[in-house]
Formats: sequence, C-alpha cells, structure tokens
Amino acid sequence: MISEPTAATFQATAPASDSGAWAGVRWALARDLRLALRSRAELGVQLLFYVIVVSLFPLASTPERNQLALMGPGVLWVAALLASLLSLPRLFASDYADGTLEQIALSPYPLPALVSGKMIAHWLTTGLPVVILAPVLGLQYGIDGEAMAALAAALLIGTPILSLLGAIGAALTLGLRGGGSLLALLVLPLCVPVLIFGAGTVDAVHAGLGVTANLSLLGAGLLVAIVGAPLAASAAVRIALD
Amino acid sequence: MNFFRYSSPSTFYPLAGKLIPWFGWSALLLAIVGLWIGFGLAPTDFQQGEAYRIIFIHVASAWMSMFIYVVMAFWSALALGFNTRLSGMMAQALAPTGALMTFIALWTGALWGRPTWGTYWAWDARMTSELILLFLYFGVIALRNAIDDDRRADRACGVLALVGVVNIPIIYFSVQWWNTLHQGSSVSMVAAPKMAAIMLAGMLVMAIAVWFYSIAVVLMRVRCIILERERGVAWTGQLTEPGTI
Repeated sequence: MISEPTAATFQATAPASDSGAWAGVRWALARDLRLALRSRAELGVQLLFYVIVVSLFPLASTPERNQLALMGPGVLWVAALLASLLSLPRLFASDYADGTLEQIALSPYPLPALVSGKMIAHWLTTGLPVVILAPVLGLQYGIDGEAMAALAAALLIGTPILSLLGAIGAALTLGLRGGGSLLALLVLPLCVPVLIFGAGTVDAVHAGLGVTANLSLLGAGLLVAIVGAPLAASAAVRIALD
Repeated sequence: MNFFRYSSPSTFYPLAGKLIPWFGWSALLLAIVGLWIGFGLAPTDFQQGEAYRIIFIHVASAWMSMFIYVVMAFWSALALGFNTRLSGMMAQALAPTGALMTFIALWTGALWGRPTWGTYWAWDARMTSELILLFLYFGVIALRNAIDDDRRADRACGVLALVGVVNIPIIYFSVQWWNTLHQGSSVSMVAAPKMAAIMLAGMLVMAIAVWFYSIAVVLMRVRCIILERERGVAWTGQLTEPGTI
C-alpha cells in the first residue's frame, strides 16, 4: 500500500520561510508525480482505456481505410478528452477525503500555485502519454505522416487545456452527489472549442491551408487557460473547503 | 432614495411583487402586437416564403439566451465578489429561463432550417456554440441541484458561470469569424437593416416582449427562491399575516 504524504510530511517538506509561487508549483508537482508513480497500475488502466476507446470506433463503424483516415483525428481527440475526464476525479478527491487538501489550502504557498502544480502533474501523467501514444494509434486509422504530425502538435498544445479546464470542474464537484457524471456535464461543454480547433488542424492540412491558424488559436486558448484556470480552480477549492 | 436598499431580500421581495404585473402584462400585450405584425401585417418574403416568419420568435429568443447568460454571470460575479445573498438568488432564478430561451432558439432554428436550408441541423459554428450554451445552462442548473448548501451553491455556480461566459462572444461573433451555413445578422446597430421596416418592427416588438417576459418570470422565480431560503427568518413569517403582500 502507498502511504500518502499527510499534513505532517507536508510541513516537513515545505519550509515556511520560502513562500514563493514557484516553490509552491514545484512542491505540488513533485508530490503529485510521486503519488502517481507509486500507483502505476492506475495510470496504466487510464492509458488502456484510451487505447480501447480508439480501437472501438473502427469496429463499430467501418474498417474502410479512407473513411477511417477521415474520422481518425476526431476519434483520437474524443478519446483523449474522455481519458482526461476519467482521471479528473483523482485530482483533488483523495486529498479532499483525508483532509490533506485543507492543510494544503492553509499552507503559506499561494493556493493557485499549488493547484497549478497539481494541474501540471495531471497533464504529465495523463495528457502527455496520450500525446505520445497518438501517432501509434494513428497508424490504425491510416493517418498519413504530415497530418499525424499536425495532430500530435495539436494534441500537445490542446491536452494541457483539457487538464486546466478539467481541474476547475474537479474542484467544483468535490464531495458532491453524482460527482463523476456531473463533472462530465460541467467540463465537456467547456472543452468543445479545444476539440473543434484540435481536430480541425488535420482538416486544415488536407485542405492545404497550413496548421498555423489552428495551432495559434489553441496556443491562445492555452495561454488564457494558464492565466485563468488556476485562479478559478483555487477559488473552487476554497468554496469546497468552506 | 438609496438604490442599495433593495439589495436585501426582505426589501426586494415586495418590490419584485409590485413589478411583476407591469412586466407580465406588458409582455403579453407586446407579444400579441408583435405576433400580429409578424404573422398578419408583414409581407411574405419573396425568397423564403412564409417560413421566414419563424424569425419573429427565433431571433428574439436567441438574443435573450445570450443576454441572460451575461446577466447571470454578472450576478454571479457580484455574489462571488461581495458575497451578497440576493445576487446569488438572481443568478439561480435566471438559469432556467436562459435554458428555455436557448432551447426555443435551437428548436425554432431547426424548424426554420428544414424548409429554408433543407436540413434541421448542421454542425455550423453558430448552432454548435448555441448548443454548447444550452449545455452550460444545464451544467449550472445541475451543479446547483447537487449542492445542498445554498451559499456554497451560489459561489460554485458563480465560478462556473464566469468560466462559461467566454462562450458568449464566440456565439455572437461566430457568423463573422466562420463563414458557415448560418447567415449573418440582418439587424445591426451601425448599418441600415437589410429587411423591410414592418418586419424589423415586428422583430423588435417581439424582442421587447421576450425581455419583459423574462424579467417577469425571473422576478416570480426569485420571489419563490427568497421565500424558500429565508423561510427561517422573521420577516417571511409575517407575510402570512393578513394585509401584507
């Protein structure tokens, strides 16, 4: 069994004199990564979920290559969104249940910094593997090299937005009835623009338009999310802890 | 007179009660006049035939659907920033009407699209973003229902409403940014309207009717919410005494 760091270990690792934002980000990131790496089986299950969802679509629709190449990018995006959603409840729920989150909120570090660290850890453990796996899964759909490169770039910029927006939903639904399905209802509509621009990148390649416009829009979305999401999520955490 | 006097539920409750008949009856009268102009006076469109008459309902409800979200986000911001009770109640009261307006806009749009575009639904930018707006309203309502503590619900829904408000400019400008199926606006503040004056009049009268309807219904709902939440407070107990509103 894994023993999660408790309030006592938190105080031991977080010197009160160093209350900078970056130190907070680093601390939360290192802690969540360590926790994630100690439950590797859970991470593996999430990745398997992603692989299985992607493999279901050709079985359910058509094995015809041309059509698969057309719908492949969309399928990879939807599966990435679902995989991200699946792991979101883990982000705050266990810390909330055992009271660690309350101790974290009381710490001298700014809460948005700590929440950012958790968001980055979430992306590194769920978003990044999805991006790395995508080209392999793209082969199943016969997506050609140029389109696949564009799709991977879009996923690389887009999946952090999913983690950032998802964290807001995860914090808002802390400790509520029907948390999982409610979380999906809150997060999925917010993620739709990311999905549209991300999957649209491949269409832009096929239409010969170049990927700059779509990637720039995703990048702009990422910047806005980086600025806004930690503030919104930490406000939501404080509301949940009241 | 101090405007902030009415920021307390106990003073706002009777004020809302006095305002409801004014807005309610004006909404009914304006809706009758607007529909009479739209379905009786306005001429048949030479391109779209009679089907275009749906716009008298469609445009008014679509405007309202976006506007109510902005108003809801405004009250949510006040509830979050100043932790005021009435603002949270207003935001709660606005959400169902906003969802209804979004639904009417989508439904009438589909009915109009079938004879005009030949399809009930297309994944056009404006329709998709309006659909997302409906989901955002549902999300706010569902989050509210999942939280038992009213004050926590106010603030949590406030955060969600403020995050979702990003969608409003996307819907509003979608017909300019993406040149897909939905046509551009026929009415503009800065240019001459691209329609007959009688049609414009009908549309504006309907828009005001929908405004007044929304105000009346939201005030009614907020009165119910005030009673529900303030049930343990002395002033609501006095309401049951004879001679009060």
